[in-house]
Amino acid sequence: MQNSETAAVDHGLDRAALAKMLRQILPAEAVLFEEEDLRPYECDGLTAYRKLPLVAVLPDTLEQVRAVMRLCYEKNVPVVARGAGTGLSGGALPLENGVLLSLAKFNRILEVDAVARTARVQPGVRNLAISESVSHLDLYYAPDPSSQIACSIGGNVAENAGGLHCLKYGLTVHNIIELKMVTVEGELIVIGGRGLDSPGYDLLALMTGSEGMLGVIVEVTVKLLPKPECARLTLAAFDDVEKAGAAVGRIIADGIIPAGLEMMDNAAIRATDDFVQAGYPTDAVAILLCELDGTEQEVGDQLQQVRALLDDCGATEVRVARDEDERARFWAGRKAAFPAAGRLSPDYYCMDGTIPRRELPNVLAGMGAMSKEYGLPIMNVFHAGDGNLHPLILYDANVPGEIERVEELGSKILQLCIDAGGTITGEHGVGIEKINQMCVQFKSPELLQFHAVKHAFDEHELLNPGKAVPTLNRCAEFGAMHVHEGKLPFPDIERF
Amino acid sequence: MTDNADISADLKTRVESAIADRTPLAIVAGGTKQFMGRMIQAEDFDVSEHRGVISYEASELVLTARAGTPLSSVEATLAEKGQMLPFEPPYFGHGATLGGTVACGLSGPRRPYAGAVRDFVLGVTLINGKAEVLRFGGEVMKNVAGYDVSRLVTGALGTLGLMLDVSLKVLPVPAEDLTLTFDMDFAEAIQQMNRWAARPIPISGACHDGEQLRLRLSGTAGGVNTAAERLGGERQNGEDFWRDLRELQLRFFDGDDPLWRLSVPPTTPPLALPGRTLVDWGGALRWLKSDADGDSIRSVVSTAGGHATLFKGGDRTGQVFHPLPAKLLDIHRRLKRAFDPDRIFNPGKMYEGV
Ligand SMILES: Cc1cc2nc3c(=O)[nH]c(=O)nc-3n(C[C@H](O)[C@H](O)[C@H](O)COP(=O)(O)OP(=O)(O)OC[C@H]3O[C@@H](n4cnc5c(N)ncnc54)[C@H](O)[C@@H]3O)c2cc1C
Repeated sequence: MQNSETAAVDHGLDRAALAKMLRQILPAEAVLFEEEDLRPYECDGLTAYRKLPLVAVLPDTLEQVRAVMRLCYEKNVPVVARGAGTGLSGGALPLENGVLLSLAKFNRILEVDAVARTARVQPGVRNLAISESVSHLDLYYAPDPSSQIACSIGGNVAENAGGLHCLKYGLTVHNIIELKMVTVEGELIVIGGRGLDSPGYDLLALMTGSEGMLGVIVEVTVKLLPKPECARLTLAAFDDVEKAGAAVGRIIADGIIPAGLEMMDNAAIRATDDFVQAGYPTDAVAILLCELDGTEQEVGDQLQQVRALLDDCGATEVRVARDEDERARFWAGRKAAFPAAGRLSPDYYCMDGTIPRRELPNVLAGMGAMSKEYGLPIMNVFHAGDGNLHPLILYDANVPGEIERVEELGSKILQLCIDAGGTITGEHGVGIEKINQMCVQFKSPELLQFHAVKHAFDEHELLNPGKAVPTLNRCAEFGAMHVHEGKLPFPDIERF
Repeated sequence: MTDNADISADLKTRVESAIADRTPLAIVAGGTKQFMGRMIQAEDFDVSEHRGVISYEASELVLTARAGTPLSSVEATLAEKGQMLPFEPPYFGHGATLGGTVACGLSGPRRPYAGAVRDFVLGVTLINGKAEVLRFGGEVMKNVAGYDVSRLVTGALGTLGLMLDVSLKVLPVPAEDLTLTFDMDFAEAIQQMNRWAARPIPISGACHDGEQLRLRLSGTAGGVNTAAERLGGERQNGEDFWRDLRELQLRFFDGDDPLWRLSVPPTTPPLALPGRTLVDWGGALRWLKSDADGDSIRSVVSTAGGHATLFKGGDRTGQVFHPLPAKLLDIHRRLKRAFDPDRIFNPGKMYEGV
């Protein structure tokens, strides 16, 4: 396990003293400090890391959020914002000496403008709730993470969440236009605007994916898109992963941007088919799910083209979902991949590297070899269209020492992604989980530049400190443990 | 001059000496967008020789090129593989470069439907104000490791550092384009554009030039033709029109009055402002030729929920971009300091102190 750092700040307040101050600005029931009340907040979706916050607060007005921030700023108390707690990188892991600020009560859709195609919502609103609330207008909110029934839009912005359809429709950053944010000092600012751009620097992009390190998001205005007239899903089976990978490249090089283009390996096909009876060909080495959407004619034109390409790439079977039921069933398998892994194995660890697509066969082969070496099965589902891998390492946390080996395997997989010209995280964020790998992906001047950006918003490092961007000292320590090719990374840092 | 040269070492040396003797630098490449932003006092820093496509793989939808690469050669390289820069960047002159386009954050008529330049930026290499060469983002579609500095420097007018190279997501050129015209007045056109945008129609441009509404459709042949049949209107060869709109070369843009760029919510009705107006971006962009005073224009646009830029002409020593609220301006100044503490790069080009 990686050591999560407790924020360096020493504010000298104990639990009782801090709770008392918070109860002066919040209703009593919005301040939690008994251990049993704090338990639900001890971790996010990355359950291997747990910590109780000093106090948890659940404000439900903007003024209350501002008051909490003002107090914490004045008393030098660190704050961790939390949406729905579905994050997979420990971003919402509390700090022992800090306040856990839950935005769960901010769950109202404030305004839908059907003509301008926007919705103004509070940060705690669930991702899927937005699309549900505008469905009668034939509009929807495009980014659809698999966690969409549970995760909050505030958390989506903080992580720049993606989904099954982001190849064509983009990530969170492409689908929001305005944020209201409370600064560390408790000031309310508006970022972005109701038009298509805003004056000055693109702070909207900077805030997106900033993991709660720059401000607390208290309102989000999202773009809504017209529902496509028609969507058709094609399933193609392959007897070879390389062929499946090549087919993905061919479809795209041929001028088609599918709405979704997903790949699953045999382990994932079996696990999910067993779980939701998706009707997948369970003997296939890999399957591709390719969704085309648009007008009837567009989809008709492209469907023919895709079928021909898939045949040409050596697909052993090509099935176009006959109706909405079958389409939903094919997708259900893919969407159930994580829970299906959970059924197969007591625990699983979900990785999130992104690579240039052409590297897919190499990276898969590399992972296969590592899986054997460690004796830990890996099941693979990925957003093949954009090269975002989600290898799931299956393990049992009750076996002593296993979790350490899983982490070691995980960090080797991330190294593989970096070596392939990719990145350690495509959409789940760095949080506390991948903080050491940041030292591999970035050099010290880049990390220092990130810290300088943080300081422009949060000079005293009170917002989610210790996450997302490692200190150089931490990298030096990590580097000392992982000497790469005989060279110490970060030679310029003092050793201790 | 060669098509392919990596002069990053020279550029870094020049930045180091500028830091040493505290000389502010005005970054110039093709010189086509000098008219933008505020007037500044700084030494010209020509970076145009740092050029060439570094990598391009059509099946990956990613292109990486040095910042001084002519925009025309980037677009030609993509066209060979049937791909394009989806944000339809304007050139504003012969020598336009990729770096200038990204630094100025310029997108053309396709922007509301395909996305802006910032939506396609995947990574940048930057020399910051400490003469450090930094790489952010990458060549992959999804990347949330570290803050999104690549998008932050997009549209920052060179005030946060010198971009050495940029990686962009590219897209296939649609099989078919088709332009329809409709006789309709201004106010009605704005409503119509918004109604269409709420329906699944393959729109790639919607403009009212003062006389007519023009709609461009792009997609598969079947998709475009069926949509056109349903919508009615008159078919027209629109290629020249959309190019002239993108380059601000329609007759509308003639004349000596300053040109204002008003970015507003797309449903904003016609604004009560003196001068002539053209609507682009499905209602979200209004070009205004007017000699009215800046404060009154800004105040009308603010009330409508938008912002106004003195795009071309007029007094370029005062506020050119829409004034920011105090706390936001403070964050801008702090970010400037974080990247460029000695204020070497284009100081004051965007805002005073930024
Ligand atoms: C089964 C499963 C499937 C998943 N599938 C996907 C997927 O397909 N795509 C994907 O991108 N992710 C996926 N995720 C990850 C996760 O759902 C996303 O990262 C999501 O965006 C997190 O939202 P949340 O509300 O749960 O945030 P939390 O976990 O509560 O917080 C995440 C981070 O955001 C910060 N934060 C939260 N709210 C705010 C706020 N209002 N202001 C400032 N900072 C804030 C927190 O401090 C933390 O750093 C999946 C997770 C699970 C468990």
